[in-house]
Amino acid sequence: MDINRDQDVGTEKSGFTEASGEVIVPHMKILVIEDDLEAAAYMTKAFRETGIVADHASDGDSGLFMGTENAYDVMVIDRMLPRRDGLSVISELRKRGINTPVLILSALGQVDDRVTGLRAGGDDYLPKPYAFSELLARVEVLGRRKGTPEQDMAYRVGDLELDRLSHEVKRAGKEILLQPREFRLLEYLMKNAGQVVTRTMLLENVWDYHFDPQTNVIDVHVSRLRSKIEKDFDRPLLKTIRGAGYMIKDEA
Amino acid sequence: MNRFLTRLRLMFRSTAVRLSGLYIVLFALCAAFLVFYVTAMSERLLVQQTRQTVQEEIADIQRAYERGGVNLLLRIMERRARQPGANLYVIAGPNGEMLAGNVASVQPGILETAGWTERPFTYEPYSESTRPGRHFAIANVQQLDNGLRMMVGRDLGDPSRFRYIVRQALMVALTIMGVGALIIWFGIGRNALKRIDRMSAASQKIMAGDLSQRLPVGRSGDEFDRLSANLNAMLERIEKLNEGLRQVSDNIAHDLKTPLTRLRNKAADALGESDDTVRRNALEGIIGESDQLIRTFNALLMISRVEAGSIAAEMTPVDLSAISADSAELYEPVADEAGLELTTEIEPGLTVNGNRELIGQAIFNLIDNAIKYAAEAEGEKKIVVKLVKAADGLRLSVCDNGPGIPANKRDAVKKRFVRLDESRSKPGTGLGLSLVEAVMELHGGGLELSATNGDDADVPGLTVTMVFPVVKG
Repeated sequence: MDINRDQDVGTEKSGFTEASGEVIVPHMKILVIEDDLEAAAYMTKAFRETGIVADHASDGDSGLFMGTENAYDVMVIDRMLPRRDGLSVISELRKRGINTPVLILSALGQVDDRVTGLRAGGDDYLPKPYAFSELLARVEVLGRRKGTPEQDMAYRVGDLELDRLSHEVKRAGKEILLQPREFRLLEYLMKNAGQVVTRTMLLENVWDYHFDPQTNVIDVHVSRLRSKIEKDFDRPLLKTIRGAGYMIKDEA
Repeated sequence: MNRFLTRLRLMFRSTAVRLSGLYIVLFALCAAFLVFYVTAMSERLLVQQTRQTVQEEIADIQRAYERGGVNLLLRIMERRARQPGANLYVIAGPNGEMLAGNVASVQPGILETAGWTERPFTYEPYSESTRPGRHFAIANVQQLDNGLRMMVGRDLGDPSRFRYIVRQALMVALTIMGVGALIIWFGIGRNALKRIDRMSAASQKIMAGDLSQRLPVGRSGDEFDRLSANLNAMLERIEKLNEGLRQVSDNIAHDLKTPLTRLRNKAADALGESDDTVRRNALEGIIGESDQLIRTFNALLMISRVEAGSIAAEMTPVDLSAISADSAELYEPVADEAGLELTTEIEPGLTVNGNRELIGQAIFNLIDNAIKYAAEAEGEKKIVVKLVKAADGLRLSVCDNGPGIPANKRDAVKKRFVRLDESRSKPGTGLGLSLVEAVMELHGGGLELSATNGDDADVPGLTVTMVFPVVKG
């Protein structure tokens, strides 16, 4: 395989492994519609290594056909496709009542592209070039969102509880005081408990800015939050996943 | 001769000549129609007048005939016929023989029909003094008793001479028009043509790759000058974009080669490593290195997109006060960890028309820079994010107490990949300020660098100010 061509697909070895080395990804079936065959081969292989079954379609028409005929948990759709462009595939799928979460890949990567992409019915948007870990994290969050109703009023991870109505956070029954932003950070992490959440996803969902935070700015916020929810307790909940992001999970 | 033909052919290909030609033809047609119309109308009028006089004369003569019979008739006719410039008078017998009058012969068949002749006919005058040749006339023929016929008519020499004069006038007019058009074409058309030629010569040089060429702009400020000025402005922009592109590719060649080489070396090292842990660490180093490269690429792409103005569609009212406060809040913990105090002085409720994402990213870059450089300051380590409304617009400043940038280097640091020697050791792409400047340009604003504590202070510090123009209305 041509090494140079890989650069826009991902730079990291696929799969998140914790210190124990155990693969933590649940099974999921996804469809990748991408016309760059090398990129698609790399992607499907990397997905399979993490336990995700990835089908591939190389143009808009066959992608639409496969997406209509089979049930997928998530679809990853490139914006620029031969025969039928990505946005039209998405709107056609939505017209046919298929509400599978869609992640749009785009080489364009401009701010208004993201807006038009989401307006066309996409659920998430990732500009190229991206790290595969970023794509994987987003696909997993999308795949899980399908079953989880948005209106959960409270989240619980181990002995940590978060009440979205009263904005109260308790651990082992003891109240923890958080700043509003820290609360939203924890809320997002807990909503996606057991999932890897990248720094970009945090900046998007907690601060509402859609670009790659180039420095450790998110890390500092997370470590502050971590010290508040873990300082007086023996069991860590908020883990750093190397090369990817963060995950909140109860190990017990 | 051949050259002349070529020039002629070239001349006819020019718009000016074609337009003048078209005008000449159109005006000539109009003039011709006008002249013919006037001629026809005048002629009709003349004929009508002639008929009226003839009619009156016939009435006169008929009255005399009724009173005095043939003798009086003949007398009157003879008298009238002898007057100078007289009408035509004929008294003819039953067989068409001329009995009296001033006409030698008429076109056959004319005397046989009573009433007005339908069209002009030819006749021969009796008198030798009148000019020879064919004469045209119209006449009225009356049937008298005894099979006698009387004809009173008028020579049409005058109307046709009139027509001749009018045609002459038409010729003169057409000639003047043609000559005039030629003069106009030489005076205006050729002048304009020459200027267009000069413009196309300049454009040809530009097409050949010399983007520094400019079209000639005259002093009159007319359409051509305005067009040239606009095209020049366009060229200016193209040249600038082109320059930016070239700069980017040069920079990619220079500044990306180093990290790529480093990446390659690290990979080679990792390949030769037998110890698993060491190899894993080396691979992780490679990933970090490539992440940094991707960031650099992204930043470069972002800058060129912003500079190309393709994001301009996404302009909406943006709460600048809120973004400033957000950014300060986002970076406050980072500053805190670096041992800095980050404070804000933000006027509330200030908005601009812009792109929230880009402005946000620009402020993030500035605060990030400030933290990086103010952390090494001696004494008071602090950063202030300020937003005020000033006369020239909204001024958003990030002020630090770091070592600052010497006044003579402040323009240089805005350029892509430029990093001062003192900062080479710090992480960063050297693209931060370039992006901020591109963002400000997109918003029609400016980027100012100054010393927080004055240029003469021991620790000057750096204040970077984004100036957003205030949009009226």
